[in-house]
Amino acid sequence: MQPVILKNVGRTYHLDAVDVPALSDICLEIRPERFTVIAGASGSGKTTLLNLIGCIDRPDCGEIMVAGHDVQKMSDDALSDFRARHLGFIFQNFNLLPVLTAYENVEYPLILAQVPAAKRKSRVLALLDAVGLADRARNRPGQLSGGQRQRVAIARALATAPQLVLADEPTANLDSHTGAAIIALMRRMQREHQVSFVFSSHDPQVLAEADDAVHIRDGRIVSIERRDERTNQMEAAA
Amino acid sequence: MKTFSLALRNLLRNRRRSLTTLLAMIVGAGAILVFGGYSRDITYGLQTGYVARSGHLQIQHKNYFMYGSGNPTAYGIPDYEHIIATIKTDPVLASMLTVVTPTLQLGGIAGNFSAGISRIVIGSGVVVEDQNTMRKWNDYQFPSRPKPDALTGTKDNAVLIGNGVARVLQLCGPLKVKNCETPRVTIDANSKAAPDDIAALSAVEAPAHVSADDDASRIEMLAANAHGAPNVASLNVVKAEDQGVKELDDISVVMHLAQAQRLVYAAAAPQATAIVLQLQHTSQMAAARARLEQLLATSFKDSPLEIQEFTTLNPFYGQSIGMFGALFSFIAVLIGAIVLFTVGNTMSMAVVERTVEIGTLRAIGLRRGGIRRLFICEGLLLGVIGAAMGVLIALLLAYLINHAGLSWLPPGRVEPVSLTVRVWGESRLIGGTAIGLMIVAMLSALWPANRASKMNIVDALRHV
Repeated sequence: MQPVILKNVGRTYHLDAVDVPALSDICLEIRPERFTVIAGASGSGKTTLLNLIGCIDRPDCGEIMVAGHDVQKMSDDALSDFRARHLGFIFQNFNLLPVLTAYENVEYPLILAQVPAAKRKSRVLALLDAVGLADRARNRPGQLSGGQRQRVAIARALATAPQLVLADEPTANLDSHTGAAIIALMRRMQREHQVSFVFSSHDPQVLAEADDAVHIRDGRIVSIERRDERTNQMEAAA
Repeated sequence: MKTFSLALRNLLRNRRRSLTTLLAMIVGAGAILVFGGYSRDITYGLQTGYVARSGHLQIQHKNYFMYGSGNPTAYGIPDYEHIIATIKTDPVLASMLTVVTPTLQLGGIAGNFSAGISRIVIGSGVVVEDQNTMRKWNDYQFPSRPKPDALTGTKDNAVLIGNGVARVLQLCGPLKVKNCETPRVTIDANSKAAPDDIAALSAVEAPAHVSADDDASRIEMLAANAHGAPNVASLNVVKAEDQGVKELDDISVVMHLAQAQRLVYAAAAPQATAIVLQLQHTSQMAAARARLEQLLATSFKDSPLEIQEFTTLNPFYGQSIGMFGALFSFIAVLIGAIVLFTVGNTMSMAVVERTVEIGTLRAIGLRRGGIRRLFICEGLLLGVIGAAMGVLIALLLAYLINHAGLSWLPPGRVEPVSLTVRVWGESRLIGGTAIGLMIVAMLSALWPANRASKMNIVDALRHV
């Protein structure tokens, strides 16, 4: 099953009296259980594309199928529930809830997904252990380093065992050493949990690690690289 | 968890701002409760005064209250003793009663003929022992102890008059009334003695032996008897008392019931204009009234009687309560508005500061309703904590005020009363204020919460 299929998707922002096209005519299939990077310069539309895939924004035209669901037809509440159960998010600024501990931050999506308490505990502890923060479970984000926070964010994104994890420039606020460690961790988690990861990034380290790379410029896909097939076929955007 | 736990932690995040908001609520709740407690104390004080004087309920001749106060003959209750006996032995009423006593009101002219002065007065005939029992009614545990009626232990012809009556009749000297100088007026030499006809009538009523002291404070009271003929009694004034209200002070003459009945009914069968019932508790009034109505409709169906409550007989009581109620409402609304804007401002700032967090929560799957609930919970928690601390502060303030030894002179009272504030035990006042504040705090959070819930996720995540 394809985790994400986009057909002729377009998105335009309406700023006062000016219409700014952010994405035009996007056709894309994101393959399951792959490490996919959406690459492009600032303002190219990669975050907008990620937002549409993550179901936190709606397109002006076209169709989006995520994990087999036509997400455009869903109500706001249904979409929230869908995100809670099927999607995970990793943000550039980590976006952890500052009043919750690392444990509680990872537990929160499980509460939203109405997972029973006992199951929650074992899941959270396993994830914190997997990201190497079992001893930091009681620490709040303010007591953690940037790298540690992003590791908590990765654990949070994987908490509900989603089919798809979306990460918006996850290494942008980290030094190169920590960034490399985070990418390695995400790669390991992606393989272990057999989940699809979609990044927006222009970090060469992330690109080097990607199975698939979607290159985007001025709101259009210019090429799709599928490295695991050892091909460098260029697919012109329609 | 997590809504309440998360809301509480969010409140603790910006402690100074939360504390300032709470302080506004605490001061507001404290002010409402202390004023409410003071207002309650006034209500109970007035009620105690009226109930101690005129009971909870009065049985009167039909239409006496509206038309009959000047005509005790036409509006008297002939078989009042039988009615009283029936009420006292009634199995339903007996346990509720403290006193059932007759009174007689009459109009007349009191004259100090040795000074050549007279004035119109309203006389009240009372059973002194019953009045003394009524004065002890203290359902709200006020610290003051009532003095016995000045007519206690006096002869049948003894009367108690208002200071105003004493002043007009130039009896301040013999009665030792303070701040009451006898005006220098020229008195007609021929007026020093009562007119012959009055003197003759008075002589019939006067006791055989009158002491020199009695003579100094003696008045004659002229009233119309049952047949419309004038009747005069020679009365010995035992004391002049301030009645609290000048209008009453200038006309009040209180005497023994038997004396009043002799004046009005002479040799005819004595009557009363009212049967006063004092109950153990004001809360029993409705039940007592219902039973009385039953009795009047069955046992005394041939007597044209009606029941009046003390609130009807003393309109000032209702007016005072109404005034304090209006003041309380005004203060409550004012403080409610302050709390509304303070909490609203705090919540609005929190929404702006936590925009990215709202976007994150929405992105990871929290519904709009969840965001709304979170902020409303924060408002409600502010309300709960503010109300709880406000109640504690109000209780402390009330304790301090009640033990500060302050006193004041309420309108219509003769002696200063302790300034007390009743907050402790006033569950309706405390509960109403606390719940009101919580609702206001929740309402304050409603608009910011709605705004937060309607945020566009992408815009919220991009917020700087």
